[in-house]
Amino acid sequence: MADAAVETHAPNPSGFAHQYETLEQQHDAGRLGMWLFLATEILFFGGMFTSYIIYRELHLPAFETGSRLLEVRFGATNTAVLICSSLTMALSIRSAQVGKSKGTIIFWLILTMILGAAFIGIKLRFEWYHDWLEGIVPGLSWTYSGPYQSGVQMFMCFYFFMTGLHALHMVVGLGILTVLVVMAARGRFTPHYFTPLEISGLYWHFVDIVWIFLFPLLYLIGGRYTLGGH
Amino acid sequence: MHDAAHNPEESKLVDPTEHIVPVSTYVMVFIGLMIGTGLTTWVAYIDLGKWNTVVALIIAVCKMLLVVLFFMHVKYIRSLSRIVIIAAFFWLGIMVALSLSDELTRKWEMNPAGWGPRLGLNSQVVSSKPDTLA
Repeated sequence: MADAAVETHAPNPSGFAHQYETLEQQHDAGRLGMWLFLATEILFFGGMFTSYIIYRELHLPAFETGSRLLEVRFGATNTAVLICSSLTMALSIRSAQVGKSKGTIIFWLILTMILGAAFIGIKLRFEWYHDWLEGIVPGLSWTYSGPYQSGVQMFMCFYFFMTGLHALHMVVGLGILTVLVVMAARGRFTPHYFTPLEISGLYWHFVDIVWIFLFPLLYLIGGRYTLGGH
Repeated sequence: MHDAAHNPEESKLVDPTEHIVPVSTYVMVFIGLMIGTGLTTWVAYIDLGKWNTVVALIIAVCKMLLVVLFFMHVKYIRSLSRIVIIAAFFWLGIMVALSLSDELTRKWEMNPAGWGPRLGLNSQVVSSKPDTLA
């Protein structure tokens, strides 16, 4: 009797917390909590998307002009980089599920981090830095002399707040991945317990989805075809 | 269930490993997402008028569904999480729809066409019979 009680309530190396009936119930509870958080995130980014829709409707020619100031090739490259990182994240979870070595889990996690860092690097070096040099950063570096002065400034504000908030989420994601690498190195993940990997993956994929919408809304639907060529 | 009652230790090790997705599925989803990215970029340089926005959003929604269903395992889960996800998008729909129902109706003219004299945006009478307004 006593032995059974100790066994039930002692900290379990497999990560099983004693308040749950089964590991599956624990896993579902963790996933439900993460989805509740992501629901608030959907509405958080949703507020920005809603105001973007309204201001785009009010200042359509200015928003299309502003959109054409952005470089599609960097936006498209970063979309591809993020999709790759989502694949490597999914593979890191899968390698824990099928009981691969911790080295394999860490490999996929580090690859995900490299791709995430590459996204931020491309954003900083080839986009925001050049925007600064070109003088299309409202309030900080503004020398834009084309048409629709105030409307283009409004568009660029949306651009920097939306991509900035997204990049902030990427930085938080890199922090989470660092914690996962440490946990994996300590051998915490097994085919029976990988909930931290799974719910961090949900967050990472969510940030990917935000970019999947930001890319066409900011870069693509501004009448690119009027520029010709490319 | 009766097995779990007899052998609780074993029941704890019943875990969600049944949801393991084959690598080939992940790779197919990845390829689909890459094709979607290429497609949306390509279409942006073709003049479709107002349909450019529609096509871009349709492709984005398809890409989102691929990520949500496969990478985020929503196709394989059977828990409350699905209700939370559907509710989140429902609330998002309320926010967008009610905001736009205000914003998009502000510029409506005072009198619909055919109901009498029409007022333009600058309050100039655009009807052919201005005297009826006075």
